[in-house]
Amino acid sequence: MSETTTDGTAPTATHPLVDGEVAPGCKKVDPIVVADGVIRQFGGLTAVDVEHVEIPRGAITALIGPNGAGKTTFFNLLTGFDRPNKGSWSFEGQSLAHVPSHKVARRGMVRTFQLTKSLGRLTVLQNMLLGARDQRGESFFAALVRPLWRAQEQSNTEKADSLLARFKLDTKREDYAASLSGGQRKLLEMARALMSDPTLVMLDEPMAGVNPALTQSLLDHVKGLKDDGMTVLFVEHDMHMVRHISDWVIVMAEGRIVAEGPPETIMQNQAVVDAYLGAHHDTDLGTLTNQQVAQIHEAAEEEVPVGLEASATETTTTDAPAEPGATAHDEEGKR
Amino acid sequence: MDFLTILNNSAAEILSPSTAAFALATIGLNVHFGYSGLLNFGQAAFMAVGAYAFAIFTMQVDPTATLGWPMWLSFVVAVLVAIVAAVAFALVLGIPTLRLRGDYLAIVTIAAAEIIRFTVRTSDYSAVTGGSQGLRGQDYKGDITGLNPLTGTTYGFGPWTGTAYDTWIRILAWTLVVVALILVWLLMRSPWGRVIKGIREDEDAVRSLGKNVYSYKMQALVLGGVLGGLAGIMYVLPRAVQPDNFATAMTFYIWTALLLGGAATVFGPLLGSILFWVLLAFTGGMLSGLQQIGAFGDMSGTQAGQLRFVLVGVALMLLVIFRPQGILGNKKELSFHV
Repeated sequence: MSETTTDGTAPTATHPLVDGEVAPGCKKVDPIVVADGVIRQFGGLTAVDVEHVEIPRGAITALIGPNGAGKTTFFNLLTGFDRPNKGSWSFEGQSLAHVPSHKVARRGMVRTFQLTKSLGRLTVLQNMLLGARDQRGESFFAALVRPLWRAQEQSNTEKADSLLARFKLDTKREDYAASLSGGQRKLLEMARALMSDPTLVMLDEPMAGVNPALTQSLLDHVKGLKDDGMTVLFVEHDMHMVRHISDWVIVMAEGRIVAEGPPETIMQNQAVVDAYLGAHHDTDLGTLTNQQVAQIHEAAEEEVPVGLEASATETTTTDAPAEPGATAHDEEGKR
Repeated sequence: MDFLTILNNSAAEILSPSTAAFALATIGLNVHFGYSGLLNFGQAAFMAVGAYAFAIFTMQVDPTATLGWPMWLSFVVAVLVAIVAAVAFALVLGIPTLRLRGDYLAIVTIAAAEIIRFTVRTSDYSAVTGGSQGLRGQDYKGDITGLNPLTGTTYGFGPWTGTAYDTWIRILAWTLVVVALILVWLLMRSPWGRVIKGIREDEDAVRSLGKNVYSYKMQALVLGGVLGGLAGIMYVLPRAVQPDNFATAMTFYIWTALLLGGAATVFGPLLGSILFWVLLAFTGGMLSGLQQIGAFGDMSGTQAGQLRFVLVGVALMLLVIFRPQGILGNKKELSFHV
């Protein structure tokens, strides 16, 4: 990232992950996911309208944006949990559009959820074992004959134990998942996703509801995924996390990709500032002359007794609801 | 009031073939609700489908008489027909509903159960189904009676004495219960069972791990339904086929037995069924005895008989309040809100 220019908005900005110029929807050198023209509408609301986006391979990409930007919806579309009105996308060169969610997961694109979905009345170990792929014992008739799947179960258990140790959940091995704390469940969900040796891990708000003590270890675990050769895409609100661990940031607002760039510079991008704070948040209203200032002060002083009076009438009117204006006001209050 | 007779009658329920049939249906419901989280409120319909398919095939096709098949083959084929019918019924219920939220299956099963019952009751089909009269036992018991290896007059001891035919059905029914218990135990300790239990907890999580949730739910629905269908056969072998035996009340007895014994345990359904029928026989005997000695004043015998269902309702309420996991259930599972 040393080649990154400090000014992300400069027209000639380049980046080692990017093939060409850095811009919203830019081409990546080695994309793992490529999405084109993905549109999802809920009635009249267009929740997602992504023209083109590429997720770089072997990097940690953050998907950020204000509330309601369509990040989670886009996540659901990519993983087959929701169907788009239009659009196509591919994962490792193979089209994933209209592929059901379980097949998406089998191809190596595993996700977690914003609201953690640990399987409460299964033990932590059973949760983990459920994540393993291609289990022979998961077919109805083979399940009846233990020798067919005993060896595989054994090796899956060993793998689960080593992952549990890595995520410091090994002491909880035999506990029900429902007895874990919120942060431990996040860890369990991440560890469970790793049981299938995914190529792309998609984390939906991994930091939501996690206590600060656990945050650092979660951050390290996410970084660890990249060191193990996995690609990570995560949705997050916490800018601290985004700045610390991501290699690339994609910003969504109102369903569109409005900006992309490295985390060091992305927050200086005008489109990002506009998305978070509104386009006119720092529009200059002009300078005021002394006379105008004095006028404002005068008007303000005049308003004070009016305000008091208004509140006074309000209190009396609540006692005497016969007044027509007061009843209307009361009704509004009830609503 | 003959207390000994009451005790005797209650004890007889422990090993009666009806209890076995009922246990089989409860084991099926346990696969649905206890392990997979499928809300099936139509288990009686699976029993009806199994019972009618078995009886109608035996009566209409009657391979022993028309095709000269040996009796065991006719019987086995009739059972297979019943199984196929139960599978078809499960598919019909499952295909439209299992992709939707769990509540839809509940609504569809409760309605389908009544549709089945009213269909077989219709006088238009009485040539085949016997209408509201049902089917006479002697018309379809030929094969199974002929297969009876027992030749004596009575077998067993104490409350568990029965004729040769009763004992034969008793052996068959309880063997089937044991086989079903072993099947459920084998399945639920396997990775297949783990997926099924995972689906009960959270479908989307299991889906995100690459499992075809729809297919697993269908497999569970079919398995539980087939057990229900077999239960139907075992239920009608000691008696006649009566459409009103398969009413909603039957479904709720099965639910009561399941919750009593403990859902999601292997032996819960068995224990629950036995206890349920023993208690029902005991309270029934006690109430009619008390009525005879005038303990209920002007109440008639029929009215007193109905009181036991009030007691069943109260018992179910107490059970859900004080021991919601059932007798064999794991208290630990309930210590957190899921």
